[in-house]
Amino acid sequence: MNGSLRQSMAWLHTWSGLLLGWLLVAVFVTGTSAYYREEISLWMEPELHQSVRSDDTVDLAWQTLGRIAADARSWDISLPDARNPAVQLRWQPAGEEQPRQGGGRNRGEQVWMDAGSGEVLTPRETRGGHFLYRFHFELYGVPRLWARWLICIATMFMLVAIISGVITHKKLFKDFFTFRPGKGQRSWLDAHNASAVLALPFHFMITYSGLLLFMVMLMPWGIDAAYDGDRRAFFDEAFPRSTETPGPAGGPADMVAIGPLAAATAARFERPVSRIEVQHPNRENARIRISVEQDVTISGRRRGGSPTQVFQGSSGGLLETIEPREAPAPLMGKVYNVMTNLHLVRFADPVVRLLFFFSGLAGSAMVATGMLLWVSKRTQQLRRQQPGAALKLVNGLNMASITGLLAAIGAYFAANRLLPPALAERSSWEIRVFFLVWLASLVHGLLRPHRRGWIEQLAVITVLWLALPFVDMATTNSHLFSAAAWRLGALAGFDLICLLLGALWGYTLWRVAKPKQDKRKPARAREPALAEGNA
Amino acid sequence: MSQLKNATRLSVASRTIAAMLGGYALSAAATAALSLGLPMPRVDAVITASVLSFLIYGVAVIWAFACATTARAWAGIAIPALLCGALVWLLGPAS
Repeated sequence: MNGSLRQSMAWLHTWSGLLLGWLLVAVFVTGTSAYYREEISLWMEPELHQSVRSDDTVDLAWQTLGRIAADARSWDISLPDARNPAVQLRWQPAGEEQPRQGGGRNRGEQVWMDAGSGEVLTPRETRGGHFLYRFHFELYGVPRLWARWLICIATMFMLVAIISGVITHKKLFKDFFTFRPGKGQRSWLDAHNASAVLALPFHFMITYSGLLLFMVMLMPWGIDAAYDGDRRAFFDEAFPRSTETPGPAGGPADMVAIGPLAAATAARFERPVSRIEVQHPNRENARIRISVEQDVTISGRRRGGSPTQVFQGSSGGLLETIEPREAPAPLMGKVYNVMTNLHLVRFADPVVRLLFFFSGLAGSAMVATGMLLWVSKRTQQLRRQQPGAALKLVNGLNMASITGLLAAIGAYFAANRLLPPALAERSSWEIRVFFLVWLASLVHGLLRPHRRGWIEQLAVITVLWLALPFVDMATTNSHLFSAAAWRLGALAGFDLICLLLGALWGYTLWRVAKPKQDKRKPARAREPALAEGNA
Repeated sequence: MSQLKNATRLSVASRTIAAMLGGYALSAAATAALSLGLPMPRVDAVITASVLSFLIYGVAVIWAFACATTARAWAGIAIPALLCGALVWLLGPAS
């Protein structure tokens, strides 16, 4: 451990990065996909694609719920928006509320409805983008608490790797403008530095805010000290909420037509209605809450507070108008809100979302090239000896975590299109395909020698991702050459991003498969050689 | 790190424990102390302290590996942690 600060930091950077790097690649990649989890889910449910909102949509939703859930305890209608074409109808059936398995609020029953025709749609069973989003912070099939702790520990390693990486580099910006392709270890180092510096503020923000999202789980000691262990009291003070528990249902009574009420609310706030909630529908004490889309401020509270009007259901009388207001927050509360809102991209600006998506890709590339650098450096130090078991293992794990994961995600999307729509346990089968492909890539990565293995896996993901838009074309009516895909944007965007990423994997394949240049004498094995930026 | 001597190995292991466990203890104690001691409303103090906790943890980890000697690495983490612990004990609810 002797030596300069930069040397010890380079050592720390290498090992904090490597130890949980495989997990971090998966967290980064699935997290990047989660920016578009709604779009992915939509793409994976082609049965919803032909739905188009009209002036009758609200009335149709009202009639449909009146038909299929007349005596429910509550209704909840989510109307179409830019990211979702169909209407989501949810209701709590009459009777006692059953706590949901696995915690969380019971969301009751739900169906999709075509916004134009009012018919109930039954999309193929899929977990959609939600599976990748959940995997991002709690993996799959392991106890939730353990998985979350494991990922948070990896995130802390990431934070340490970022700080030590910055300290290691005295020439951060010079390194950023240095790229020497086709030089083995040098190129990986340059790529690692470029992708790191390119989006450094993003990487820091995303890592730190990831920890903040689990602040109460990871660091409850401040709350416990100040509130004497009463966490509920802290939550009530920190995130005050009006929790009115609805009383018992009154006697039966007809409700007024919803159309005029929705039109009134839309006119009042000058925006289309986005959500309608009803307590005790078809009863004397029915209450209708109509909300419009809210402009999300970046430092604002994370939930609730949409502009809303509340009506008495049987008379149609206006009970209350709730204006958008921002809850006052102390400076650090605002910092917390800004960081977590940034992490979750809780604002709908498509340009910013796309920039975040590319920053996420840069982050994934940063972690991946860091792992490759570790192997590349040690391979060069071998000087023609055979690589040992440890190096082979790391290389195989690298392959599985990088190209293998990309193959698994591509296969997950392909399975969504190719499995029979009526297959039992369909969504589980999609996930099984994901894991089986991932496992196959691990086995392959451990069995195939270094460069050949990479070339084969890169070839597989190039073909797979480039094929996805064509599979889409063969199996749906909402592909790149259809009106539906462009009307929604999300669908065309999905296919275009598949083509773009497929081209990117293809370019990488071409670079890796090119015949090697003259074998340079390996660089002097200096400890640590990571930070040596001089060619 | 191919030719680690035993002494270096021991130092690395010791610093790793100081960083991971000591760092967590320090940030937990500091968060509790700040939550009790910051001159602002209770809920703001708790959020401020908790938001800063990961920064404290990160700095502690860097400290553990940046110090010239293992003893100094430990001292720089243990002493502030004990001071914060004492503060929590002084400011905390009289139970």
